[in-house]
Amino acid sequence: MAKARVKAPKTAAAGELVTIKTLVNHKMESGRRKDGDGNLIPRKIINAFSATFGGEEVVSASFEPAISTNPYFQFSFNVPATGDLVMKWTDDDGSTVEQTKTITVA
Amino acid sequence: MSLTRRNALALGSASFVVTLMPLHAFAAKDETMAVINSFTGGAAVTNGGINFTTPEIAENGNTVPIKFSAPGAKRVMILADGNPTPGVGLFNFGKLSDASGSTRIRLAGTQDVIAVAEMADGSYVQVANTVKVTIGGCGG
Repeated sequence: MAKARVKAPKTAAAGELVTIKTLVNHKMESGRRKDGDGNLIPRKIINAFSATFGGEEVVSASFEPAISTNPYFQFSFNVPATGDLVMKWTDDDGSTVEQTKTITVA
Repeated sequence: MSLTRRNALALGSASFVVTLMPLHAFAAKDETMAVINSFTGGAAVTNGGINFTTPEIAENGNTVPIKFSAPGAKRVMILADGNPTPGVGLFNFGKLSDASGSTRIRLAGTQDVIAVAEMADGSYVQVANTVKVTIGGCGG
């Protein structure tokens, strides 16, 4: 399954708006391409993404095949206090990838 | 190329195929409107209110960077009305978020990319940007 890369600051001031950049290595097979024999390649994409901070939802998204290969998603949120940012991607086949980044409020 | 009977026939059938293609391959505007309606529940949608950045010309339709920011929005939906299916992504924002995001999308050809947002007060706003695509990105 895919591998996720996340760029997040390690520290932040209380209430600071931080930007998180995420990227997953995934083919995002749209289900419209054909292989060499003219058969459709079945759809296989990452169809959902969610991020929570300290248990509270920051953003959740559903993706369609119109999201590019190696889906990149950048979002921002206000850090209320020290906590864990948990990000989760869900594949069409049901497998998931999780990444956790701790942001410390100095 | 001289215009022989054979060439004329070949040209004719080629243009016939070209004119038929858009009907089958790409989502109609009606379909896009239907998706927007199901998102808004039929409520009125006003223009503006979202900072929606798309390139004017995208050389490669396989990865077109888009960026949106709709302060105070609960949900944002991105649509591409010239793709085989109009949906691109739906984003729900929690209280901590500033309701902004950026990602990369696939576009099959030159078309309008639409961002629709549901604001905290339940109203809906939308912004449509035209993106010219030199090489489409949907395979097939």
